[in-house]
Amino acid sequence: MPDYTRRVAKAPALVGGFVLPSGPRLPRVGSVDAVALEERAATLAKRSIKRESKVQALRLAVRMMDLTTLEGQDTPGKVAALCSKAIRPDPVDRSVPSVAAVCVYPSLAGVAKERLAGSGVRVASVATAFPSGQSPVEIKIAETRAVVELGADEVDMVIDRGAFLSGRYAKVYDEIVRVKEVCGDAHLKVILETGELGTYDNVRRASLIAIAAGADFIKTSTGKINPAATLPVTLCMMEVVRDVYAETGRMVGIKPAGGIRVSKQAVQYLVVLYETLGREWMTPDLFRFGASSLLNDVLMQLRKEKTGLYQSGDYFTID
Amino acid sequence: MTRVSVRKTYKLYIGGAFPRSESGRTFEAESQNVARASRKDARDAVRAARAAFPVWAGMTAYNRGQILYRLAEMMEARSSDLERACSGRGEVEAAIDRVVWYAGWADKLAQVLGSSNPVAGPYFDFTVPEPMGVVAVLAPGEPPLGGLISRVAPAIVGGNAAVVVASETHPVAAIEFAEALATSDLPAGTVNILTGFRDELAPWLAGHMDVNAIDLTGADGGSTELEQLAAENVKRVVRSSADAQSPWEISAFLELKTVWHPIGL
Repeated sequence: MPDYTRRVAKAPALVGGFVLPSGPRLPRVGSVDAVALEERAATLAKRSIKRESKVQALRLAVRMMDLTTLEGQDTPGKVAALCSKAIRPDPVDRSVPSVAAVCVYPSLAGVAKERLAGSGVRVASVATAFPSGQSPVEIKIAETRAVVELGADEVDMVIDRGAFLSGRYAKVYDEIVRVKEVCGDAHLKVILETGELGTYDNVRRASLIAIAAGADFIKTSTGKINPAATLPVTLCMMEVVRDVYAETGRMVGIKPAGGIRVSKQAVQYLVVLYETLGREWMTPDLFRFGASSLLNDVLMQLRKEKTGLYQSGDYFTID
Repeated sequence: MTRVSVRKTYKLYIGGAFPRSESGRTFEAESQNVARASRKDARDAVRAARAAFPVWAGMTAYNRGQILYRLAEMMEARSSDLERACSGRGEVEAAIDRVVWYAGWADKLAQVLGSSNPVAGPYFDFTVPEPMGVVAVLAPGEPPLGGLISRVAPAIVGGNAAVVVASETHPVAAIEFAEALATSDLPAGTVNILTGFRDELAPWLAGHMDVNAIDLTGADGGSTELEQLAAENVKRVVRSSADAQSPWEISAFLELKTVWHPIGL
C-alpha cells in the first residue's frame, strides 16, 4: 500500500473511514467552478500548435496510447491483430513508436500477454465487472486476482457508481482499497465513469476517493456510455491530481478514455495536460489515452506530415 | 422609400452547406469578392465527399436519375441568376438540357456498359460498372456554366461524389449552380464546390490519397506535376473537352467489375 494511502486510510475517520490531509486546497470538495473550468478547457483547446510541435505531440500520443478493444465480439484473433499493431503501429514507418499498452477484457488478457511478450508493450485488462461494476465485491476481487495471474501489467477497474451516487462513499473507497491489495505489482487505474457522475463536484469527489484509496491512475470513462471523456472533465481530474501533488508529493496518472477519435483532440488534451501539470506528466507513465480509432488518425497525420499528402483510411489497417 | 438591396456573399459549397473559407480570405473575380479556398477547405471537401459517397452510390440508379432531373428543375427555376453568371440564355438552356440528358443515363448505364460474358466453364460471368469513389474535377473556364456541367454531371451520374475546383476566372456560375444543387435532393457532400486559385488547390487534390480520380479538363496544359502527384495512389486521370456529351464521359469515372458466379452445382 503506498505511503499516502496508508496515512490517509489510518486517519481518524469521516463516516466510512477516511479523511484527506487538511490543507488549503484538498478539502475543497463540492466547489468546482464549472463555468471557469469549461472556459479554461475551451481556451486551451484553441491554442495553435506549430507543425514540428504537432509532430512531436502526435508521436508522444502514440507512446501514451492504450490501444483498446472492449467488445462482446472480441476474439483471440482480433486481439492478436491488435497486439501486432500495438507493437508496430505503422508497418511502413519504423520511426513510429509502439503504443503504451493493449487494453482488453479479462478472458483475453492471456492472449495479449503471449502476443506482447518481450515487446515492451504492456497488457492492461479491465476488471471488477466492467463496465457496470455491479457485482458482489468478492467477485470483483477474484476477477482482479485472475487477471493479475493471467499476466496483466495494469488493471482498469470501475468504481461502483450505484454506491457512489447513493452516497455510500465508504463502499466505493473500500472496494478500491481491496482491489489495490490484490493487484500486487500491477498498476491500478480507477475508472470513474464521469458521464454517470453528473457534476464536476462529483468528479472531484470520486477522484479524491480513488486517489486516497490507492489508485495509480484515475481514468474518465469506460467508453460504453455517452458522454465519455471530455476536455473539461479531464481538466477537473488533472486539477485534483495537481492539488494532491502539491500537498502530498504523490504523482497520480490520468487516463481520458472514450470519444477521443482524432489527432486534434489528442493534441488538445496534451496542451491541457502541459498547462495544468507541466512537463513531468508528459510521459506514458503518468498519462494515457484510452482509444481505438484514434491511433489510425494519428498515423494518418504523421504520414501526412512526412509525405505532404493528405491520407486515406484505405491505406491503414482496420484494427 | 428606397432600400438597399441585399447583396450575395459568394461562399464555398461543402457538405451541403455554404461556409466561408477556413482561411477567411477572398479574391476578386468577375467584379465580385469570392471565397478563396485553402488546402484545408479542400481537405474538408474531400472528407464530405467521402462521407456522401456510400449514400449516393447506395441509391438505386433510378433514384439518382430522378434527383438529377430535380437538379435540372432547380436550375430552370434559377435560370435568370444563372444567365447573369454566364454568357446568357443559350448557355443556361444547353446546360439544363445536358443535366437532363445525363439524368436519363443513370438507370441505363449498367445495361449499356455492363455485360454477361460467355465463359468455358460452369460459371455465369458478368460485368457491372461501379463508381470509383471521390472524383476531383478542375472545371474548365469557358464556357463558365456549360464547362462545369459537362464535367460534373457525368462524374456524379454513375454514383461518384465530386470535389470541384471552379474556374478561377469565372467562379460565380459555379456558386450559382451550387444553390441549385443545395435544393435538388442531392445528398449533402455529393458535389462540393471550391472557388479559389487553382495552383493552390489542384496539387492538394491531385496528391490526396482519398481521391480516386481526377479530371484535368480544366488544367489548360501544365498538368505534369498533377499527374505525378496523382500517380501516388494510381488515380485515374481523365481529360476531355468542355463541351463533350457522351456516355463515354460517364464510363471514364466508372470501374468495370467482373464476377464469376458458379452455376449448376
